[in-house]
Amino acid sequence: MSLSSPPVSPSSPNPRNSTNRPLLSLSGIEKSFPGVRTLRGVDLRLEAGEILAVLGENGAGKSTLMKIIGGAEAADAGTLAIDGMARVVRSPQEARAAGVAVIHQEFHLIPALTAVENIFLGQEETSGGFLARRREREQASALFQRMGVDVDLDVPCRLLSTAQQQLVEIAKALIHRARILVMDEPTAALTSHEVEKLFVLMRELRAQGLGILYISHRLEEVFTIADRVTILRDGVPVCDRSIGAITRDEMIERMVGRPLDQEFPSRRVTRGGPRLEVLGLRRGTAVRDVSFRAHRGEILALTGLVGAGRTETVRLVFGADPKDAGEIRLDGRVLDIRSPRDAIDAGIGLLTEDRKLQGLVLRHSIRENFGLPNLRRWCRRGVVQHGRERSELDRCIAALRIRLADPEMRVGHLSGGNQQKVVLAKWLAHDCEVLIFDEPTRGIDVGAKHEIYLLMNELVAVGKSIVVISSELPEVLGMADRILVMHGGRITGEITDVARATQEQILRLAHA
Amino acid sequence: MKTRRLLADYGMILVLVLLCAFFSAVTTSEQSPTGEAAASQVVQATLKAMPPGARVLVAASDQPGDAAFAARVERDLEAAGARVLASVTGEPRDAREALQKIQAAGSAIDVVAATRVAGGWRVLTSVASEFPSLGSPRVIMPASYRWPNFLKPENLLNIANQIAVIAIVAVGMTLVIITGGIDLSVGSLIALSAVLAAGFIRDQAGGVAASTGGMVLGCLLAILACGAVGGFSGLMITRFAIPPFIVTLAMMLVGSGLAYILARGQSIYQIPDAFVWLGRGADLLGLPNAVVLMLVLYALAHVLMSRMKLGRYLYAVGGNAEAARLSGVPVRRVLLFAYVASGLLAGVGGVVMASQLKSGSPTYGNMYELYVIAAVVVGGTSLSGGEGRMLGTLTGAFTIAVIQNGMNLTNVESYTQKVVLGSVILAAVLLDRLRQGRGIR
Repeated sequence: MSLSSPPVSPSSPNPRNSTNRPLLSLSGIEKSFPGVRTLRGVDLRLEAGEILAVLGENGAGKSTLMKIIGGAEAADAGTLAIDGMARVVRSPQEARAAGVAVIHQEFHLIPALTAVENIFLGQEETSGGFLARRREREQASALFQRMGVDVDLDVPCRLLSTAQQQLVEIAKALIHRARILVMDEPTAALTSHEVEKLFVLMRELRAQGLGILYISHRLEEVFTIADRVTILRDGVPVCDRSIGAITRDEMIERMVGRPLDQEFPSRRVTRGGPRLEVLGLRRGTAVRDVSFRAHRGEILALTGLVGAGRTETVRLVFGADPKDAGEIRLDGRVLDIRSPRDAIDAGIGLLTEDRKLQGLVLRHSIRENFGLPNLRRWCRRGVVQHGRERSELDRCIAALRIRLADPEMRVGHLSGGNQQKVVLAKWLAHDCEVLIFDEPTRGIDVGAKHEIYLLMNELVAVGKSIVVISSELPEVLGMADRILVMHGGRITGEITDVARATQEQILRLAHA
Repeated sequence: MKTRRLLADYGMILVLVLLCAFFSAVTTSEQSPTGEAAASQVVQATLKAMPPGARVLVAASDQPGDAAFAARVERDLEAAGARVLASVTGEPRDAREALQKIQAAGSAIDVVAATRVAGGWRVLTSVASEFPSLGSPRVIMPASYRWPNFLKPENLLNIANQIAVIAIVAVGMTLVIITGGIDLSVGSLIALSAVLAAGFIRDQAGGVAASTGGMVLGCLLAILACGAVGGFSGLMITRFAIPPFIVTLAMMLVGSGLAYILARGQSIYQIPDAFVWLGRGADLLGLPNAVVLMLVLYALAHVLMSRMKLGRYLYAVGGNAEAARLSGVPVRRVLLFAYVASGLLAGVGGVVMASQLKSGSPTYGNMYELYVIAAVVVGGTSLSGGEGRMLGTLTGAFTIAVIQNGMNLTNVESYTQKVVLGSVILAAVLLDRLRQGRGIR
């Protein structure tokens, strides 16, 4: 069951091992879960001083591979070697002792503890049984200085920004003398400016001889930061090339397993009259006087840096937060929206940014999640008509091409792309007139993205209006009919001629 | 997969059945029918064994049902043509007196028709040697058989009746726990409800002479008052976002204090005899009314949770309140409903208890919140919310009742009972955890 070679005691590691022994090498790794063979003989090599991108669709086996490297799961077969010596890692602790640190998409920080306390958690500096707080603080501060970043050491981590929390995670890995850093979608929640800074740090770490395994769905970034790329498909590596020897289109082909005709499917829809009108929307400092219109048959993109007030704006439209001022009209009628329920009744649906925390009840079944916003229409005297619910569900599953074994299975067991489709199904069944998509393709693989784009096209083709928030500029440029750029809680620009717009143009407006 | 799922859903029922089997095995003992059942058996045996006109002595001890036995045997034998010389109900001494009288009258005896106990009296088994002139009568007794004390119908009904209050209150607690909350005030509300109902009947409805209408009104008011307390807790939780643990802890103290104030620290017992109808009466198929009420409430709650929109909302709120809110679920109203329902059902529990005990006292329901929570948890409902079943709770309540009852029957002392009960609760939840660890819901 475990890795086949005998365990080797963690002898003094040999830093800067620049001979032909790779820093980390996997060979023939296999792993099955009940009913699924996730990894089918994976070979992988990571040199010291290298950034290796691991790409693949959701379900290709990337996360399982990361779990095996990080010690969270044991492989069924195959060997893992560090510095050319075979190792058995049976737990995250053993992996850490072997010099491997994993930075997950969801951070593993204790929200109430400060950066210093989090960094030293589990290996506190003590003197005579007491915490040596000053020594810890000095070390942490020195480390952040070396990393060239500035993080407040004395506030609870929950008050830090996402980017800063990530830096704390990286610092924690470095304090533990990690030489292999596994980063799972590290840029997913960062603004483009923060991404730049992270890349500077990653290059610095690479120069210091660390090996970095970098998982991302954002292909542009892979070209910017990675030295080499390994692509997984269905649990097998299908491509291993240095970054100069592969094109973007090739990457997508390899991931999907077939040539993709067009990343952003085209559509031919004539824009109708205004449908959703928002006037003078305000809430605190997050949203200051936002007005816009979304038309029938139009995809309107709302973009800007993280923190520009995009999500906050649509939450006000949807009634998820109370607004200080402003008016919302649908088809010329003024709506009195005080809760999401009011918005849903009026025909507005919101696909939330964070599907796990806000979009789904993960422990409940697909059917139960699907029914949630729609039950009122499938009820007679408070009793749910199960037959009707089932037939609607079957219809939506077919329309969205959701791959699932059983609608009674927990939604939490689905892949990210399929989870997002379940959220979509909830709103499709409700037949909303205005759909607001907040980062609909975040953390979703290329194939599922494409299907969501197709679906957006189908929706506007039948006269719905879509407002989409996205941080991925190629997506905004590829999908939107009109682009609104926000900054500091205000709309700072509008681009109507999307065909000729550029990413630079958007960024300029976003930094206004 | 199918069997595992079944085991997961009905595992606790299996445990309950096994417990019942265990207690049945250890409480099996010699049984004999008593009262009327014993009488008809003895009458038949007598008539079969003896010609018409046989001379009979009827003997019974002074245990419950024995007088009925004696009267029934005498009546039926006389009707069938036998001659009953004497009928004794009491002690061996009484039997000896009767024998002496019969001897003095110069008669003989063919049959002694006796209960199991009386049939063993030496004076009756040795008539032939002590009173030779009476002849050598045959002693006919009901036949004995082996049967578990645990499985006697009266014991089973006893279990159901004992657990009715806890089980009724546990319906509300299950609703609350499924939403991810907790209601610690139910024990106090039981006391408050009992005191309010009894107090109203004593002070407003005419005390011992109260009419049915007055009693019903008193009970309804008590239940509604408890619902109002639950509503207050719910408002505190939904409007001010105070954790349910804190709010209901406070209401537990307030409710208990109010009950003591209203009852002036005393028990209220000036209540008509008819008041015990709910707690002690049995109108339907011999089932106690409290048990019938409990079953009806469970059936309604089961339909609510599995078939109704509101039930689905309760699960959703407990599973992920934010996702539910953004799907248009009126989260606050759903939570408010759960706490009002919990209050109302605690009120019902209090009324049932007052009826069972024919009084209202502020000491009722002490620590009941813990037993109620235990029933819910043993029934497989997760304290983190979003999961659980009504029928699981019913199973949990019965598991607790069966363990208590079984230990009483086997003479386990009450201190040990606490230790065992605590361990069982822990084991049940552990079992649940292990089952969930295998990824079954």
